[in-house]
Amino acid sequence: MFRFVIQRLLQGLVVLLVLYTLSFFLIKTLPGDAFTGERAISPEAVAVLKKRFGLDKNWVTQYGLRLKRLVVQQDLGVSPKKNREVALILRQSFPPSVLLGLNALLVACAIGIPLGILSAVRKNTWFDYAAMGFAMIGICVAAFIIGPLLQTQIAMRIPALKVAGWENPLDWILPAITLGLAPAAYLARLTRGGMLEILNQDFVRTARAKGVPPMKVITRHTLRGGLLPSVAFLGPAFATLISGSFVVETIFQIPGMGRHFIDATIDRDEFLLLGCVLYYGFLIVLLNLVADIIQAILNPRLRESL
Amino acid sequence: MRVLMSLFLVLAGALLVSCDGRTAADRAAEAGILIMGNSSEPKGLDSQLVTGVLESNIIRSLFEGLCTEHPSKDGVALPGAAERWEANDDFSVWTFHLRPEGVWSDGVPVTAGDFLFSYERILTASLGSDYAEMLFYIKGAEEFYKRETDDFSTVGVKALDDYTLEITLRGSLPFLPEITKHYTWYPVPRHVVLEYSDGKIDVPFSGWTQPGNLVCNGPFLLKSWRINDHIEVVKNPRYWDAETVQLNGIRFVPVINSYTEARMFFDGLLHITYTLPPELIPFANEHHPEETRGELYLGTRFVRFNVTRPPLDNPKVRRALALTIDRNSLIDNVLQGGQMPAYGMVPPFGDYETEHAVDFDPAEARRLLAEAGFADPSEFPRIKLLTADRDVSKRMAEAYQGMWKEHLGISIDIEQKEWTSYQNAMTKLEYDLVDGGWIGDYLDPTTFLDMWIGGGGNNRTGWASKEFEAALRQSEHVRDPAARLEVLQKAERILMSELPALPIYWYTTNYLIDRRVKGWSPLLLNNHPYKWVSFQTAAE
Repeated sequence: MFRFVIQRLLQGLVVLLVLYTLSFFLIKTLPGDAFTGERAISPEAVAVLKKRFGLDKNWVTQYGLRLKRLVVQQDLGVSPKKNREVALILRQSFPPSVLLGLNALLVACAIGIPLGILSAVRKNTWFDYAAMGFAMIGICVAAFIIGPLLQTQIAMRIPALKVAGWENPLDWILPAITLGLAPAAYLARLTRGGMLEILNQDFVRTARAKGVPPMKVITRHTLRGGLLPSVAFLGPAFATLISGSFVVETIFQIPGMGRHFIDATIDRDEFLLLGCVLYYGFLIVLLNLVADIIQAILNPRLRESL
Repeated sequence: MRVLMSLFLVLAGALLVSCDGRTAADRAAEAGILIMGNSSEPKGLDSQLVTGVLESNIIRSLFEGLCTEHPSKDGVALPGAAERWEANDDFSVWTFHLRPEGVWSDGVPVTAGDFLFSYERILTASLGSDYAEMLFYIKGAEEFYKRETDDFSTVGVKALDDYTLEITLRGSLPFLPEITKHYTWYPVPRHVVLEYSDGKIDVPFSGWTQPGNLVCNGPFLLKSWRINDHIEVVKNPRYWDAETVQLNGIRFVPVINSYTEARMFFDGLLHITYTLPPELIPFANEHHPEETRGELYLGTRFVRFNVTRPPLDNPKVRRALALTIDRNSLIDNVLQGGQMPAYGMVPPFGDYETEHAVDFDPAEARRLLAEAGFADPSEFPRIKLLTADRDVSKRMAEAYQGMWKEHLGISIDIEQKEWTSYQNAMTKLEYDLVDGGWIGDYLDPTTFLDMWIGGGGNNRTGWASKEFEAALRQSEHVRDPAARLEVLQKAERILMSELPALPIYWYTTNYLIDRRVKGWSPLLLNNHPYKWVSFQTAAE
């Protein structure tokens, strides 16, 4: 197990390096730079600015210098558009995104998993059709429709809820529902599929035959195996949820990470963009590893093979 | 368990606070705090390093220039850091007398030395200010900026004593007080800027503008700043005119989504919005008529022509395209914000009268197009209209496309690019026609005319005219303000006869404002001086 974790961490480092390199050169190929704007800047000022941010050198030298600075000094640089250290921007934007992501995950699990289990147990009944219909809607309807609907139909009618803002825990509710609905739908479908597969196994039939109560069959014998596809999905889904959502964050005015991804790309703010990409990559690597470990704990056969 | 318990308590507390029947805007109004939507996260708060309207909205609360805005009258300069000023006969040498009671928020006096330092700093090219050209009116400033000399004493700014500042200009400028209201002319605290940049003048973003470090001379002080969340300023007790300041603070909220912003206003979370999307204007007018404002805003929307590419190198073709835009129909059906159809480049304001250079005249347009060699519209080459990937831009482009097809029979394609690619293509003249606009910096026609100087960074059309530039230069040496405006009219006439850009409309600003807010009158530059803003009391 220990060797497996170390191996995966080393692989993760390679993934991050490739990610950094690709992103670095891809953004360079886009037209314009961080100093292209609505109002022209004098060539003198542009020259000074480029020199200051080390953008006056050729791409390969820039890449080498920046990578060295990143590895040796753990310095992501300063955003030329926001004029602040990238690390500081990420540090400030990270907590709201994590909170939003965790709440959305909670919503997703609280809705998706029970719905999936019940659908599997009551296969081909009206409940199953209704639940899967809901799941289909959750997947199809975009957050930019659900968000404003919740704002106008719920927040504007209930005084305790605000249409936007991020000040107290009540403000977490509507964005979490908006962001959590799509993964809830996926989870419901995955859980249903996983559970159905296990429910058809011989050992379940044996358990039923020897008179184990139906509830116990589900909790003791099928849930562990039936949740495996959902757990595999939850790792990357969690990373996606906590790295911020541009749409949900702009609709609900949340000072999170999602906006930076989009803004940095549009602004050609390569320092901030690379910071965001590395951060997101790191989360994916880490949470995939966590998902693998949880799967190993749930699945004895997998655990033995590691 | 303890975590759950505390979460429950926080939730219960939040619920109690939220259920007292008052909105956040109500509570803030009672506390004298104005909550404003401010579009997006500011690039910074150093007045010498930013260029945007949203930054200017915040900086205006923190700093004060020599002169300051009148709360309700355009083109009137009130005393700010300077208590009075005078000019010589031809308005080329100005003397500003600073008020002795003026101090920075840390108690250090605001002196002429601070202004000298500030102007030297913004004109030092290695600082990398985007907007140093706003000071090129000063004699020798451009030369110093372009490093033709390193000696700042050659620049026409002198401190005659601690409280007297003399500014010598490169020409005659009767509206200098108007220009000093612009944030690029604001002072920065020399002692603080130098402290955070190791005594160097050209260190940008040294941290002096961060909360806790920022020292300012305006009516408010910086209290807190959270990225993408808010910036809050509170009343500055050391401000020379603190008695006039009614608000206890202002909270600027960067709401990037204008629909969310409107919903926040309707839900009682904001007192003033930054904008109002065109689709919501009819709704707001119907349901919140007292809180919906549409006011003229000093700006022109136009379409640039790339005059280096045929057939747009022919002024007749450009005029034909200009005469077939039905501006009234565009405003009524697409924009719906009460904009004014633009018949010239400079919006009419003050004593300046804009001549009717372009109107809707399809018959004349067809004649001109035939004269240009396109009697048969099918022979007109297929050209592209570039726009940014924004919703309104696209709808406007489709309207132009339809009008040109209907009245001239020519087909024009629309190309959309994301913001930076669009700007990049415009700068490099990689377009045929491009949608654009310009917001005035100060109340003078030159803010709309200077940009068309050949090779200027904001021209972006490839157009140049010696005659036009000569008229602009001539205006700098005319002493009589009325005669000066006539010279500028001549310059605009030349510009409009050649039409490197096709004026579409003059801007309006549409926004929502809480009915309790007082002292917020329509201003062409939309630079509202916060010190006159207050909330209506219950008795009122």
